Amino acid sequence: MSISFPEQGWFKAPSAGERLWIGLAIAWCLVLTLAMPYWHFKGKQNSTGEAYRVTPAEFYQRAQKFIEAYKVGEDRYTAIVQPPPGTDVYLTARMWRWDPVLKLKKDQTYRVHVGSMDLNHGFSLQPVNMNFQVVPGYDHVLTLTPTRAGEYSIVCNEFCGVGHHTMAGKIIVEE
Amino acid sequence: MATTANGLAALEGHVPDEEKPGFKTGNHAGQVRTCETTGLPVCLTAQRFIRLNAVAAVVFLLIGGVAALLLALTRWPTVHLLPADWYYRVLTAHGLNMLILWIIFMEIAILYFAGTTLLNTRLASKGTAWVAFGLMVAGALAINGAVWSGKADVMMTSYVPLQAHWSFYLGIILFAVGALIAVINFLATLYIAKRDKTYAGSVPLVVFGATAAAIIAVVTLLHGAVVMIPTFLWSLGLTEAPDAAWYRLVWWGLGHQSQQVNVCAMVSVWYLLGTLTTGAKPLNQAVCRGAFVLYILFINLASAHHLLVDPGVGAGWKIWNTSYAMYLAVLASMIHGFTVPASIEVAMRKKGHNKGLFGWLFAAPWKNPGFSAFFLSLVIFGFLGGITGVTLGTQQINIIAHNTLRIPGHFHTTVVGGTSLAFMGLAYYVVPLIFQKEYPAKALARLQPFVFAGGITVMAIAMSFAGSYGVPRRHWDINFTGAQFSAGFDSTAHLMMGLVGIGGTIAFVGLLIFLLLTVAAVFFGRSNAGKKMEAW
Repeated sequence: MSISFPEQGWFKAPSAGERLWIGLAIAWCLVLTLAMPYWHFKGKQNSTGEAYRVTPAEFYQRAQKFIEAYKVGEDRYTAIVQPPPGTDVYLTARMWRWDPVLKLKKDQTYRVHVGSMDLNHGFSLQPVNMNFQVVPGYDHVLTLTPTRAGEYSIVCNEFCGVGHHTMAGKIIVEE
Repeated sequence: MATTANGLAALEGHVPDEEKPGFKTGNHAGQVRTCETTGLPVCLTAQRFIRLNAVAAVVFLLIGGVAALLLALTRWPTVHLLPADWYYRVLTAHGLNMLILWIIFMEIAILYFAGTTLLNTRLASKGTAWVAFGLMVAGALAINGAVWSGKADVMMTSYVPLQAHWSFYLGIILFAVGALIAVINFLATLYIAKRDKTYAGSVPLVVFGATAAAIIAVVTLLHGAVVMIPTFLWSLGLTEAPDAAWYRLVWWGLGHQSQQVNVCAMVSVWYLLGTLTTGAKPLNQAVCRGAFVLYILFINLASAHHLLVDPGVGAGWKIWNTSYAMYLAVLASMIHGFTVPASIEVAMRKKGHNKGLFGWLFAAPWKNPGFSAFFLSLVIFGFLGGITGVTLGTQQINIIAHNTLRIPGHFHTTVVGGTSLAFMGLAYYVVPLIFQKEYPAKALARLQPFVFAGGITVMAIAMSFAGSYGVPRRHWDINFTGAQFSAGFDSTAHLMMGLVGIGGTIAFVGLLIFLLLTVAAVFFGRSNAGKKMEAW
């Protein structure tokens, strides 16, 4: 019994049924182990984890410069920015807004720098449902290629204070 | 040890009696009683602290449970009960009271039981047990004081630079130090049992599993110290804020590993309840123990899967760590998932329940809430919790799951449908055997595990579906009323949130039945001192 002392000589090899199960389990573990790196390279869906240390103030400067250079309009007190394809794009998160509104071209690749001005935030692109952590002090670089035109919302999915549930931004993808 | 009259005794003759596995002379110095039901020696000091820790656990389960109901009724879109600030406050309180206070107080009770009763020894130190209990209670009160007074609306994770009042961090530190001292008292108990030769042979499997949990707990609590002490100093204004990414890395060394302590403790409780309810024996001690060793060696890597979409750590690091070094800790759970039900099957077949492939399962003692809670916990943890856990811990899938409701959908099937339900099953034996009180309204108790398991399963599955539509966790308003830009989710997601509310409410009813019956049994129940406990 599991609450009593095992007989002497309890250390013995697994029986046939146990060996079969453990063998199957190990084989499945190996499949899972190989699947993750395989799809990392083959699927090309994952971030490589490119990131740089940056102070919030410095990130803010870079983002402002970016907004001034490519601003094309304004929507609800937020700049709409249309950067040329292939450029570095900046998106700042703060309690409780995303800046600016990005206007991107379909099938073009952008290096999107996401940074926080204050707390941890969650970059959650809807309705595609793609999620990344935004950590203050870090410039998180996501290499993104939009594949479908339309309007997307960015919601915050990391708790960031009592206004957390009002934090939503926008990305527009054009043909 | 039974002697055999057929000559076998002569063959075994080369093993002197004092070396044969089993109980030898205890070291209790009179502070012991023999359990009338199991015949096991119960150290009276350990019994007192098992009772104290179990009572504290149930008190915090009550607080966390009321919070759970309020949260379920807030995320149910039609009801949307709490205002935003109270939603976040109650959510913080729910996480801490359930995941930390209820579960760890219960685990300390399990350690004190497994270390003493099963090894025929006294508890190493009564004074140390008081210090541990005092620190844990003081910490728990400080945490609850800070949260309920609105000074710590930071969630259980309290990611810096989000800051709580210093008493919140102090509470966590006090509680963790108390728990660490209790774990050391358990390890010291193992030592004195060995020193005083209170038993011979290898320790029972349940003690082995509990020791594995204790070892992981030490590593976990050290991570807690590394992350919480600088954070506490920062909250006092003495130092700069810790790096936000560093905090997340080390905090999860505390946050996730404590869940692995829960897994280990829960699996030990499965083996224990399997034996108490059906007389099951582990089929192969080496296989079961080997699986516990895999937990100790590899499970701590799992903390990394919280950082799968984080900046600051590279893809190679993420892939290696989240695979727990080739899923070796998952392998351990797969092994227990085989050996635990297999031991029940063998025990039931030996009793003659041989009809068909699953006749043994239908004939199992489902009227015994100790059994039904244990077996439902095994099924919910294995099929829902384990599978979602391995899935979400994959780099690819994590992108579509991180911080959505799929995450709480997962862990409500591991720590609630798994660990908490198993611990409730344990309570159906702790109260009659350690408190020596009988449960009233046994029919209601027989029903309780099914109500709780049903509710939590509906809620967790609904959470997972809502999360796959993108609904965030820890979020008061998925319609984004008053947000700068409009956002929202598919109508199916709203339907799922309704089911979260309904499932959560049913689970709360199950919890309430457990709490009322347990409190009634402990304070007003019929004493069974000097008698066997009534069969369930």
